[in-house]
Amino acid sequence: MLAESLALSAVLFVIGVIGVLTRRNAIIIFLCVELMLNAVNLTFVALSRYYGMAGQVFVLFVMTVAAAEAAVGLAIIISIFRHRQTVDLRNINVMKG
Amino acid sequence: MDNYGLFYQFHFYLFGIIAIISAVTFVTRRSPVAAAMWLIVVMFCLAAEYVMLDAQFIAAMQVLLYAGAIMVIFLFVIMLLNLGEASDITDVRGIWGKLLAGLVGLVLLAEVGVLSRTGIPAGKFVVGRDFLGHQLTKYGAVGAIAKPLYQDYSLAFELTSVLLLVAIAGAVILGRKEPTRAR
Repeated sequence: MLAESLALSAVLFVIGVIGVLTRRNAIIIFLCVELMLNAVNLTFVALSRYYGMAGQVFVLFVMTVAAAEAAVGLAIIISIFRHRQTVDLRNINVMKG
Repeated sequence: MDNYGLFYQFHFYLFGIIAIISAVTFVTRRSPVAAAMWLIVVMFCLAAEYVMLDAQFIAAMQVLLYAGAIMVIFLFVIMLLNLGEASDITDVRGIWGKLLAGLVGLVLLAEVGVLSRTGIPAGKFVVGRDFLGHQLTKYGAVGAIAKPLYQDYSLAFELTSVLLLVAIAGAVILGRKEPTRAR
């Protein structure tokens, strides 16, 4: 089941990348990042059967980082919303050169 | 290499296909709430796959942490910002964004094709075939993961607490109201 797991993980990761590149809603982009993290977790778990428990330990770390990222990212989105009344990235271009 | 029963394989493919279909539905939804719900479906399917891959504790954490905690934060923020309804104008990028995304997707899938030709590199890190099953029967689902977590990776585990502390402080500072003296 290793090849199938890795293929599933790759497909999910690609779907996440395509979502990040094609959507403009900041919240949905964040959700796509979470999907990519999940795909990587599946790779870790699938490979942990062949390389020992370290893979599963790293999944826990990835989950922690995802939780931290969600907290900080959503705080940023809330403070952007407070200034601009939108989360659409078309309207958030102050740092555009 | 592995010989699993038909029952096992059927459910592995079943949850995999549900996960892919839900993920495609997730990126094409316009409403953030619908997208978040479909992402939760993907996460539950992945939890099922984790159980089948002998990672029961990770599967439980997937449901509790990801589908439970993190997605609840997302839904809470969607509710707080009142973004529940889909906007009238689509938020999908134009033709160039789609072309770029398709190109990147094709490149990544081509990499998968190349990588699938290479097998698992045999080295000193490869463990025995029933290593995981042995660990699970010896220490239990939680003990098998707790042993390396608190022995080999204890430093990384402790550093995680620093990361969480920084994240809490950052979220509090970013989330509070603007001080009036700053303006």
